[in-house]
Amino acid sequence: GFLTAEEKGLVNGLWGKVNVDEVGGEALGRLLVVYPWTQRFFESFGDLSSADAIMSNAKVKAHGKKVLNSFSDGLKNIDDLKGAFAKLSELHCDKLHVDPENFRLLGNVLVCVLAHHFGHDFNPQVQAAFQKVVAGVANALAHKYH
Amino acid sequence: MVLSAADKSNVKACWGKIGSHAGEYGAEALERTFCSFPTTKTYFPHFDLSHGSAQVKAHGQKVADALTQAVAHMDDLPTAMSALSDLHAYKLRVDPVNFKFLSHCLLVTLACHHPAEFTPAVHASLDKFFSAVSTVLTSKYR
Repeated sequence: GFLTAEEKGLVNGLWGKVNVDEVGGEALGRLLVVYPWTQRFFESFGDLSSADAIMSNAKVKAHGKKVLNSFSDGLKNIDDLKGAFAKLSELHCDKLHVDPENFRLLGNVLVCVLAHHFGHDFNPQVQAAFQKVVAGVANALAHKYH
Repeated sequence: MVLSAADKSNVKACWGKIGSHAGEYGAEALERTFCSFPTTKTYFPHFDLSHGSAQVKAHGQKVADALTQAVAHMDDLPTAMSALSDLHAYKLRVDPVNFKFLSHCLLVTLACHHPAEFTPAVHASLDKFFSAVSTVLTSKYR
């Protein structure tokens, strides 16, 4: 399998405590703050002029919620991420024209947000399991690109 | 990429709060790097990399001390880090991709231990700072 049984336990154990809607908004917001060039996909989102504006932007929160709920659904199919994200991969290539590097950036920002929320519970072993997950999701989303 | 006055101020404030924990965080960041990005272990075949290793603790302190120096000399990183720059280029030759892994794990470590400080703006400033340090350390590679 993609993750060992132990890693699955660590991932699901932590994910069960995550407020997916909130963490989604936080992660997307931080992506736009830390890597401002990612704002290129969100010109219609309104005020992105400062960190505070971005983090409190309603469209950012809504979109972050959408993205992370999709990620969360994908976690239920951890052994077939490519299958789970095939349609979304096509969408991101053909319609959204998003460079897959952005999935890797968002994945790492998500890891930082989880560390921020969970502190000591987000130990090196838990982090390593999540790094595998975010890399797997990023690769799955890039898989149908042509 | 340029460190703004706000970035420098954010980094100085955050690093100041860390104080004497810097060595501990350096070691933790290394442990996280070895765990999450196992290829990084190839640079340490001579180390005991198990949890609590004295060698990793010592190396974490070294990394932290170098970063503390960098924080104190943010206006001229190339000069302040020249010796380390030479070391990485001519002796250590750590592939540049690995600096991103360690930088990310430093961010994760700081996020864990200093949640109040790790605001989005500070997160951004720290990421830029680690990126700037990494650039200087690989600047003489070729």
